[in-house]
Amino acid sequence: MMDGRLWSLFADSFWKILLPGLTMTIPLTVIAFSFALIIAVCVALVQFANVKVLKQIARLYIWVFRGTPLLVQLFVVFYGLPNLGILIEPFPAAVLVFSLNEGAYCAETIRAALEAVPTGQLEAGYCAGMTYLQIIRRIILPQAMRTAFPPLSNSLIAMVKDTSLAANITVTEMFMVTQRIVARTYEPLLLYIEVGLIYLLFSTLLTCLQRAGEKRLSSHTKKGDE
Amino acid sequence: MLEINGIKKSFGTLEVLRGIDLHVDQGDVVAILGPSGSGKTTLLRCLNFLEASDAGTMVFDGESFQMKGISKKEIRSLRKKTAFVFQNYNLFLNKTAIQNVMEGLVIARKIPKEEAQKTAQRALDKVGLSDRYDYYPYQLSGGQQQRVAIARAIATDPEIIYFDEPTSALDPELTGEVLSVMRQLADEGMTMLVVTHEMSFARNVSSHVIFMEDGVIVEQAVAKEFFAAPKEERTKAFLANFNQ
Repeated sequence: MMDGRLWSLFADSFWKILLPGLTMTIPLTVIAFSFALIIAVCVALVQFANVKVLKQIARLYIWVFRGTPLLVQLFVVFYGLPNLGILIEPFPAAVLVFSLNEGAYCAETIRAALEAVPTGQLEAGYCAGMTYLQIIRRIILPQAMRTAFPPLSNSLIAMVKDTSLAANITVTEMFMVTQRIVARTYEPLLLYIEVGLIYLLFSTLLTCLQRAGEKRLSSHTKKGDE
Repeated sequence: MLEINGIKKSFGTLEVLRGIDLHVDQGDVVAILGPSGSGKTTLLRCLNFLEASDAGTMVFDGESFQMKGISKKEIRSLRKKTAFVFQNYNLFLNKTAIQNVMEGLVIARKIPKEEAQKTAQRALDKVGLSDRYDYYPYQLSGGQQQRVAIARAIATDPEIIYFDEPTSALDPELTGEVLSVMRQLADEGMTMLVVTHEMSFARNVSSHVIFMEDGVIVEQAVAKEFFAAPKEERTKAFLANFNQ
């Protein structure tokens, strides 16, 4: 079915697409997801610990960033903010929006995991003479992160694919590069399937990492023995 | 050593503690008996501020405190002088047996790690778990978990240990191993306040018995007198259930 011309187009464009994957998609995902996790832990903790005012701010933040489309958020930051004199380069703009958007979702995951830790753990910590913060850091959070790990991995995998939206704010990531090759070669079917396969490759690697990570984290649960 | 006066506690409109006075001397082993819902556990939790009391005063080691409105700092300093053993153990699930014992020493009391490790090993040896230092809670039986919890309690060298139905979640065989550790502590002069349904423990190990019902203390006496010659009708009826 595929003649020689298509094969060589496939092979030639593979590296052309993979390269921005390695230099843009992966760094964007890694950086933005790291920030997202930091944001999420903080946002989840102020709600869990019932910190006045900060808790309301956290709810407002989650409400806004979960309630509006990622694409709209990208456009507001990249095309909208210049009206206020705020100009952000494409890559940092993408990092900013992806971090804030992902942080809102992950915050809810982590809050749920924190609430799933039995209250007896907190009480035992108190009775041992520990402070609230010591108990959170050493007892509650480690247990919660174990619970949150699979859904957080889910979010990470979703994010790898969502980075293709950054093409809309001129980040030359994999999808944008693919579109350019399609414009030159008029082979949309082959090339869009190809870029899809590369996303699939990235997701598969992450799934393997998730398995390994879960195994490492579960030394204190029954799963660790399997 | 510990004296409390007029502790009151309500959950909504339900009055769980209706003015409790209690006096514990050093070396006393006080068993708190009573039917379910009598407020025994709530009393114990109020004493360690896991529940906030609505009223009452506490004198601990000559220092007096208002049970209501006591500062976080005071609570923490009191907790460092006490220990609490829970019905369902509440071991830190992400820590091994020895880490469970060390946590309160290293983190809360800033004891150097090596010293804390030795103390923790001694405590675990004492409860018969010298071969289980590095086991996680899920790898231990209920009785073993409760003994780790007792090791965690004694390692901090507390002035009093509160036990909240320490054997209620265990089958008879495992109950035996936990009770024998508690008996050993009692023999060594540890001050203990024990909410329990174990009549044999109250009868044979405790020095004093308190019988509670509906949020008040119905009768309190030296253990021998309590069982030999209960004064209150309600106490007699309660004890009759066990002497059949």
